[in-house]
Amino acid sequence: MSEFWIILTGALVASACGFLGCFLILRRMAMLGDAISHAVLPGIVIAFLLSGTRDSLPMLLGASLFGLLCTIAIQTLKNTGVQSDAAISVSFTSLFAIGVILVSIYTRQVDLDLDCVLYGEIAYVPWETVSLGGIELGPKAVWATGIALILSLVTTMVFWKQFKLCTFDPAMAAAVGIPVTLFHYLLMGLVSVTTVASFESVGAILVVAMLIVPAATAYLLTDRLSTMLMLSMTVGTVSSVAGYYLAKWLDASIAGCITVAAGLLFLTAFLFSPGHGIVTRRWIRRRLKLELANDSQRT
Amino acid sequence: MSLSHWWILPGDPNAWWVLSGTTLLGLTGGVLGSFAFLRKRGLMGDVLAHAALPGICLAFMLTGSKHPLWFLLGAAVTGLAASLVITGITRFSRIKEDAALGLVLSVFFGIGIVLLTHIQHSDHGNQSGLDSFLFGQAASMVESDVRLMGGVAVLLLVLSLLFFKELKLLCFDASFGRSLGFPMGRIDFLLMMFLVVAVVIGLQAAGIVLMAALLITPAAAARFWTERLNRMIIISAIIGAASGMIGTAISAAGYNLSTGPLIVLSATAMFAVSMVFAPRRGLLAKWIRLLETRRRVARERILSGLYDLLEQKRAETVGAAELEAVFPSFRRDLSVMKRLEKEGVLQLCRSGARISEIGLTPKGWDEARDTVLRLRMLDVWLMHEHELDQVLPDREREEAEIPESIRPKLMELIKRHNLDPSWHPRLHEGGSAS
Repeated sequence: MSEFWIILTGALVASACGFLGCFLILRRMAMLGDAISHAVLPGIVIAFLLSGTRDSLPMLLGASLFGLLCTIAIQTLKNTGVQSDAAISVSFTSLFAIGVILVSIYTRQVDLDLDCVLYGEIAYVPWETVSLGGIELGPKAVWATGIALILSLVTTMVFWKQFKLCTFDPAMAAAVGIPVTLFHYLLMGLVSVTTVASFESVGAILVVAMLIVPAATAYLLTDRLSTMLMLSMTVGTVSSVAGYYLAKWLDASIAGCITVAAGLLFLTAFLFSPGHGIVTRRWIRRRLKLELANDSQRT
Repeated sequence: MSLSHWWILPGDPNAWWVLSGTTLLGLTGGVLGSFAFLRKRGLMGDVLAHAALPGICLAFMLTGSKHPLWFLLGAAVTGLAASLVITGITRFSRIKEDAALGLVLSVFFGIGIVLLTHIQHSDHGNQSGLDSFLFGQAASMVESDVRLMGGVAVLLLVLSLLFFKELKLLCFDASFGRSLGFPMGRIDFLLMMFLVVAVVIGLQAAGIVLMAALLITPAAAARFWTERLNRMIIISAIIGAASGMIGTAISAAGYNLSTGPLIVLSATAMFAVSMVFAPRRGLLAKWIRLLETRRRVARERILSGLYDLLEQKRAETVGAAELEAVFPSFRRDLSVMKRLEKEGVLQLCRSGARISEIGLTPKGWDEARDTVLRLRMLDVWLMHEHELDQVLPDREREEAEIPESIRPKLMELIKRHNLDPSWHPRLHEGGSAS
């Protein structure tokens, strides 16, 4: 049973992140996941200091707040003319530094294990369950990531046209009266919440990887946004299943193995994608050349 | 009296080694970071720092020793591999650079985690210290570490000085460089090598996040101060070195704060100061410029609007009600008018507290006429761009300089269109304009 819960959590995280990752990749903000995963640290510490507990809810709130703060900082820096890579780097490194300093100041008084919060371990998912009125409802992580997934799905369904237009042609979107900035921050909010909800249970590495790798794989396989979203979620789910068994076989970190599995799937798409794979393209070119040679021989 | 008592550092000689190590690291990061910044590879430091993990693990698995030299070698190899993979992905697929960076960062780090946990779970002897290598402990650096790191850092600085011309070409115009016959691909690879080595030597002292910051924040801060590469590198190097020094000093002063994050925050503070106070590109300078432009535009708009109205009516003053009909933002303009009155440009006649009539002083007449003439010159210039064989600069039309060479021609055109601003009551009374 615990095997099932771990794979399910992995698949939920992969779907939720892979789904939002498509938008990030198309909008050239792929590094945002990495930035947010570092920037939430002070939020977690402050929430912990204020609430005095290691309950998930305050931490979730604090972390989401700082995730959003980080995206606002990035956007503000960009608007003042700072290059985008520099804007991302400066924002997240300084927030993370503040977090580390807060930890080092208060860590002697309280017991806040960073490994638990930031580098969560997916293997422990089945043992942290929620219960309501005495009834066991299954692992907490499944609920957290499931809710995050449903939230993103519902939001994008409702505002499908707006999200699509803002992603592909922000100038056009602004021209037809869509509040582009609002949708930008709505997306950032979703990314922030999903990231935070996920990495308490599965760790930052897996979240960052799942935001980028499945979406990039899907991007090589299709030209349609809706298909890309489906493919990205599928690739993520397959990585989660394959990664789990890889981890069992290698006796290594599950999150790491899921990432590696996703990387291998990307490699496959990179080489053999029907439209964009480098091997496929070379093969097609050779066949065309052969046909051309045959044709000229015949005439 | 020893220097160490005068300064906030304790007398411990090792603290001096740590201080010189972090300073040198900041200096190198500042110099190399400038090139990376201009190549828009600011996030490369972050990627390379993450890609070091599998290399360190592999080095440990292959050699079984924990000598820093093996770690450096392993980290350099995977760092290089990561940069090659990024180049490959962006060149051979439609994945954009930022997605490629994120992809390589997470997959390489994932591989690293797999190897690390594999080592921990299997019986590989004493493997502790592998991950602390990644998260950095500047305070734990000892003399031999600093000697190794410092040697490599100095070598990097000398090399980047030797290849300065090539790197500069790479940053500004790679295709021009290629046309001159420089092997731009190889120079790009060289820069990547430098970055890999810089990240690797910095990791032990500083950890992943600090290395990411040291390669970008000083350069981004320096960019605010200057447009020239040479100066930018020098400023960036100074900011980097100063952050290293200040961070280490604060950390050594007590409170048990770790050095790495303090260095990052020192760099961030200098970035913030640069962003606000830098001349020309800083926020404050931009804000002052904006205010000045607004003031000038408002002044020109009021003077020329007033002049146009007076010219139409052949009058010396105009009623406030009439002006209000022409100026849509009359209420806001009133404050500008009051300021212009104080400057002796406008004459405001009041009936009670309300302004009833508005006219120009002699000085005001001259200025208004000059302004109107200028604006009309720009108008006819735009109308006759072809005839004049000179295109009006598109950007900031209102501020465009009118070249002396076409002035007479423009004057002619203005007269032809009957736009000559000749209405000046005092001139018509036979008085002088001044």
